[in-house]
Parts: sequence; structure tokens; C-alpha cells
Amino acid sequence: MNRLIATVVFAFIAPFAQAEVLRMAVTTSFNNSGLSDVLLPQIKADTGLDVQLLVVGTGQAIKLGQAGDVDAILVHARAAEGAFVAQGYGTHRREIMFNDFVLIGPSSDPAGIAKTQSAAGALARIAAAQADFVSRGDDSGTHKKERDLWGDAGLDPDRFGAWYKEVGAGMGAALNTAAGLDAYIMADRASWLNFANRRGLALLFAGDAVLFNQYAYLPVSDLRHAHVNHQGAMRLERWLTSPTAAALINGYQINGAQLFTFNAK
Amino acid sequence: MVNKILPLAVQGLHVRRQGRDILGPLDLTLDATGFTMVIGPNGAGKSTLLKALHGVERVSAGTLTWSAPDDDVHARQSFVFQTPVMLRRTVRENLRYPLSLTGVPKAQIDDRIHHWASLIGLTDHLGQSALRLSGGERQKLSLARALITEPELLFLDEPCTNLDGRATRDIEILLLEAYAKGTRIVMATHDLGQARRLATDALFLVRGALRETGKASTFFEHPQTDELQAFLKGEIVE
Amino acid sequence: MNDILSGLQAAFWLVVQLDADLVEITLRSLQVSVSALAIACMIALPLGTWLAVQRFRFRRGVIALLNALMGLPPVVVGLIVYILLSRSGPFGVLGLLFTPTAMIIAQIIIITPLIASITHQAMRELWAEYHDLLISLNTSRWQRVRTLLWDGRRALLTAALAGFGRAIGEVGAIMVVGGNIDHATRVLTTAIALETGKGDFALALGLGFVLIALAVSVNLAVHTLSGTERGSRW
Repeated sequence: MNRLIATVVFAFIAPFAQAEVLRMAVTTSFNNSGLSDVLLPQIKADTGLDVQLLVVGTGQAIKLGQAGDVDAILVHARAAEGAFVAQGYGTHRREIMFNDFVLIGPSSDPAGIAKTQSAAGALARIAAAQADFVSRGDDSGTHKKERDLWGDAGLDPDRFGAWYKEVGAGMGAALNTAAGLDAYIMADRASWLNFANRRGLALLFAGDAVLFNQYAYLPVSDLRHAHVNHQGAMRLERWLTSPTAAALINGYQINGAQLFTFNAK
Repeated sequence: MVNKILPLAVQGLHVRRQGRDILGPLDLTLDATGFTMVIGPNGAGKSTLLKALHGVERVSAGTLTWSAPDDDVHARQSFVFQTPVMLRRTVRENLRYPLSLTGVPKAQIDDRIHHWASLIGLTDHLGQSALRLSGGERQKLSLARALITEPELLFLDEPCTNLDGRATRDIEILLLEAYAKGTRIVMATHDLGQARRLATDALFLVRGALRETGKASTFFEHPQTDELQAFLKGEIVE
Repeated sequence: MNDILSGLQAAFWLVVQLDADLVEITLRSLQVSVSALAIACMIALPLGTWLAVQRFRFRRGVIALLNALMGLPPVVVGLIVYILLSRSGPFGVLGLLFTPTAMIIAQIIIITPLIASITHQAMRELWAEYHDLLISLNTSRWQRVRTLLWDGRRALLTAALAGFGRAIGEVGAIMVVGGNIDHATRVLTTAIALETGKGDFALALGLGFVLIALAVSVNLAVHTLSGTERGSRW
């Protein structure tokens, strides 16, 4: 009962009685991995920062940063990140960690991608078999990556037939769709490992170097948006690149599998 | 009761709707005392006349000259409709409502409510929803609600049309008591028997025009116009 | 079918254990929706009644606008509020984006037309009934509105409950303007969307059942309270 009362009080005063708040836009894949649940309490304990995560696609994360609605962004879309800094929206770009993308599909693997040598080869087989494939279709970092990979295979997704389904949704929703259709899909490993509704899907292909997915941290420029918490953003960067963060990130596992590799320099 | 708002002088009263004459133009004087029955065939404009005098019907032309300043006039008169309008409240709250709008002292309000509730025989139903009352009870309640502010002038638009004999008699008794205490009454009816029972004065309307007026005795016994003679005999007058 | 069973099971355990996160987001759902409802009612009830009582030049236009706004997709409302409250928007200096206040603002915009429209509908009928009497009693405009509001309170309760239902179950707008931030702006509906996205259907459904139970119990509580009133007064 005490806990109930405490929570009641908290829920009503929480918006007004905050510790130092830092708003960070992150990608769906980062949040769905569950890593944030491990990092945020430690950040709070070490730096006193109350990090509020806005879980959005890379496109929207960059937009939030441009508008000054967040203090920092943590995304994975190299080209867009470069432009973000070049245009003066972010002060700089700092690489933090990477994870990888994997190809998921029906465990029967009708297109036979499990035995291919490269991601491009796997995708070419899916296209040749015209097996159902679910694409994020939401201009997210993952979606951009997937389109790049089709390009590497010499294919243009815009010319694909009905088997190529752009759902315009987040990773989880796209996985749900793929599970429902028994279709192939490209996902980040973290989202896949945390995904509960797998049905007939299985991890079929992984490990090609082109599938690595670099996460970078970009503080929003306080020259452009005077109100942003740049001090806090810098403190968070120091923490994210610290040995404590390295240990937590490298040590984070789901079902015995490591998801992220710390590589901040 | 001293009547402050009457007499009323009406000049050139005219009500037009969509190019058609509904009432008048007509001239009329309402004395400070009397019980006037307005009779005439359906559609003659009886309701319109009452509502125009009461000030709730838009008048196309004409003037109403009261004996008191305009501000006082409205608060000193009441209107009872053919179909009683019941507030969705208890009997008590229906009686309280008009009192709450005027400056009646709080201490008096409950006394008056009980007084009128007992007059209309609804003392035991004060706490009950007015919507549960019978037709006769509803009309008695709406009459009590009209009289509870002790108006100097009371209009009634065929209040007994849908009522049985007993309820009609109850209402007539209440009206005669109010009249005896000095309330000026103007009432439309199509019940000639009721008109003869109650009237001290009478008005005869046909097609929006005032055909005949007079003291009840001469009006009913020696009608001047052919139309009123025919109407009193029960013939159809158009 | 299995999903629904495990959803019920998840809901059961969440409630039995009085899960701290669940309590927190449930209370925040209530806080946001009840605040929005209270403010929306303060605008919509008098507005709907006024529209029923008052004849003015643009009355039909205002009513048509209200009815059209009722069908406005919440996500569009969310997007507009988002743009207005964004740091680069006209009200950016207030710093309201991604706060419960922003969610309340969005919900007010969504439910005010609904409540006003239902109110107008009910009050129009009541006004037709009361019109002659209230005019005859020489009531002021404000007295008429007050009388209608009081005597039509049962209909207004229905309007308010409809507004509450729409607010508490709304996700599109508050997701956009609130951002679904854990411990800050996460409410039942956005948590459901999040868990669905993770493919955790059991937890999503569990939260869904909690939401349904919450909506039902609020309705029941309100009806019981007004029912007691009926017993003694009506």
C-alpha cells in the first residue's frame, strides 16, 4: 500500500520534480534490444542524469535533433550522421558500439540462403525465388541499409513484384508481419533475439562484414539551439565511452549471445 | 393585490409570418381587473395573441403600453401552456425554480412551496420526479408554478384541453381563488362552457381579427355579430 | 487463442503483483486522460449547450466544424500539436514537447469536439422541451445554459464518459507528442504499442486487459454514483 501511495505521488509530481533531464533520440533497434534497461540506471547512478529515451526511426531521430527537441541522438546511419554534423545541427559524431544485421526467414528456407557466402548472394537468391520478403519501408537506418544491400546484389527494390512487401513500420511490427506471412526479413540481431512472436521464423544468415551496424552518438549543437543540455550531453558521452559502459555493453547477452560490441575510441 | 402593470394599452398589434397575417392589426385595452376568456375557432390566433401580449412571440408591428416600467412588467406575469412543461426535477424543485429566479427571500421560499403543494394536493409527492405525475397533476403543478410568484397577470393557453372533468374543476377553482386575490387572468379556451363559467370579460377572435369584446353577460347573452352568434350556437365559423 | 489466454494470464499476474511499472503507467494514463477530460468538459459542455440555446450567424458552420473535427484522426492532431510545441515551432519556448502536458493538450483537442457535439445533441432536445417555459420566465441567457446543464446532467455524463473512453484508449496523438518515454510519458496505450512492436503479445494483451478493466470500472463507478442519485431523487 505504501508503494502504491508512493507511486501515486510520483506519477503526479514526476513531471515537475525532475532530476537533471537529458533527452536522447534513439533507434527502435537499440531500445528493443533491452540494452537501454541496463545502461540507464547505471547512467543515473554515475552521472545523475535522468536520460529520457525517445524511441523513433533514424529519420525521425535526426529530425528531432535538427528541431532541438532532444539533447543528443544515438543512431546508425553513417551518411545522414555526417550531414547532421556538417550542417551544424550536431557538434560532432562519436562512435560507440556496433551490432549486426541478420537475415531471418522461414525455417524451411525455400530460397536456400543459409548456405550462401555473402549477404548479396543471399538476397539474390530470395529475389530469384521471388519468396515473400518484408521490408521496413520506413526510411529508417535499417531500411536504408537493406536497400543498400539490394544495390550491392545488383538489384533495385523499386522494380520488385508483389513478393516484396514494404510495410512502413518499426522493426517489431515488421517482424510480426514477417512471422504472420512466413516471409524473409532483415533485422538487427538485438531486435530478433528479443522478439517473442517468432512462429516459424529462424535466423538463416549472418556474419558478412557488410552487415555490421555502427552506432554513433551525436550531441545537438547548443550554438543552434541555446536551450539544449549540452553540458549533460557531454557528460553522457564521457560515460558512454568509459570502461564502465564498455563492460556493460560487451557483457549484455540474450540467451547467451552477445549483442553489441563496444568500439569507442 | 395592487396591480401595477395594468392597464395595458395595445395599439396596432400585428403578427406576420412568411407573408401571412397571423394576428391583427388590432387595438385592445386590458383593464386592471377581470377574468378575460379568449374564444374563437382553431387557428384564429388565440395563442398568438396571448404570447404576443406576454412578450414571447415576435411582433411585426404595434406597441404595448404597460402602466409600469418595462423592467418590472415581465417579472409580474406568468404563462401556463397547453402542454405543461415539466422541468426534469422533483415537484419541489419545479415549484422552487421561478422563485429562485426572482428575489424572494430564502425563508419564504419553503413556506410558499408547501402552501402551493398542499393547494394542488401534491404535498406527499414533493420529493418525486415531476415526470412521474399524471397529465392533470402536471397541469396543476405548472399552474402552481405560475402562481407561486404571485403574478399580477396570468395567461393560460387552453390549459384544460387534455384533462378530465375532475382536473379541470381543480384548476378552475385555483384560478378563481387567484382571481379573487387580485390576479388578472387572460385565458384562451375552446370550451364554451368553461368560458361561460369563468369569464367576467370575453374576446372573440376569427382569422386573427378581434370580432367582438365585452362584459361576459352581454357577450354571451346578446352577441352583436352574426359570427359570434353562430359560434355560440356551436356552428362552424371559419 | 493461446495468445489471448497468455494475455489474460499476464494481466492477472501484473495486477496481482501490483507491478510498480504497471501502477505507474496506469496512474499516468488516468492523470493525463482525467486532466484532459476535465478541461475539455469545461470547454465543451457550455459550448455545446450554448450552441443549442443561441441562434447566431455562424451557428450551423460551427456545428458542422465540430462534427468534422470529431472525425479527425488523432495522429493528425498529434502531428499538429507536435509541430506547434517543437522547439522550432511557435510554442517551442514553453518546452512542453514530450511532457504529460503536451499529451493533455493533444487529448483536449481530440475529445472536446466529441463532447461538445454529444452535448449539443442532447441539449437541443432538452431546449426544445424547455424553450417556452424558460423564455416565459424571462430567464437570462446564462440562467438558461445553467438550467439546461443541470437538468441535462445525465446526458452530459454520457458525453463526458464518451470523451473519457476516447481519451484513455487513444494512442496515435500521445505517442507523437509524448514520445512514450519510460517513467515520463509512457501510458497504457503507448506501452501496448511498444510491447506489440517487440512481439511480446502476452504482455501487450495483458496491458490491454488492464486498460479495458480500467475503462469499465470508471464507467461502472460513475454509473453507480449517478444511479444512487436516481434512487433518492428520481
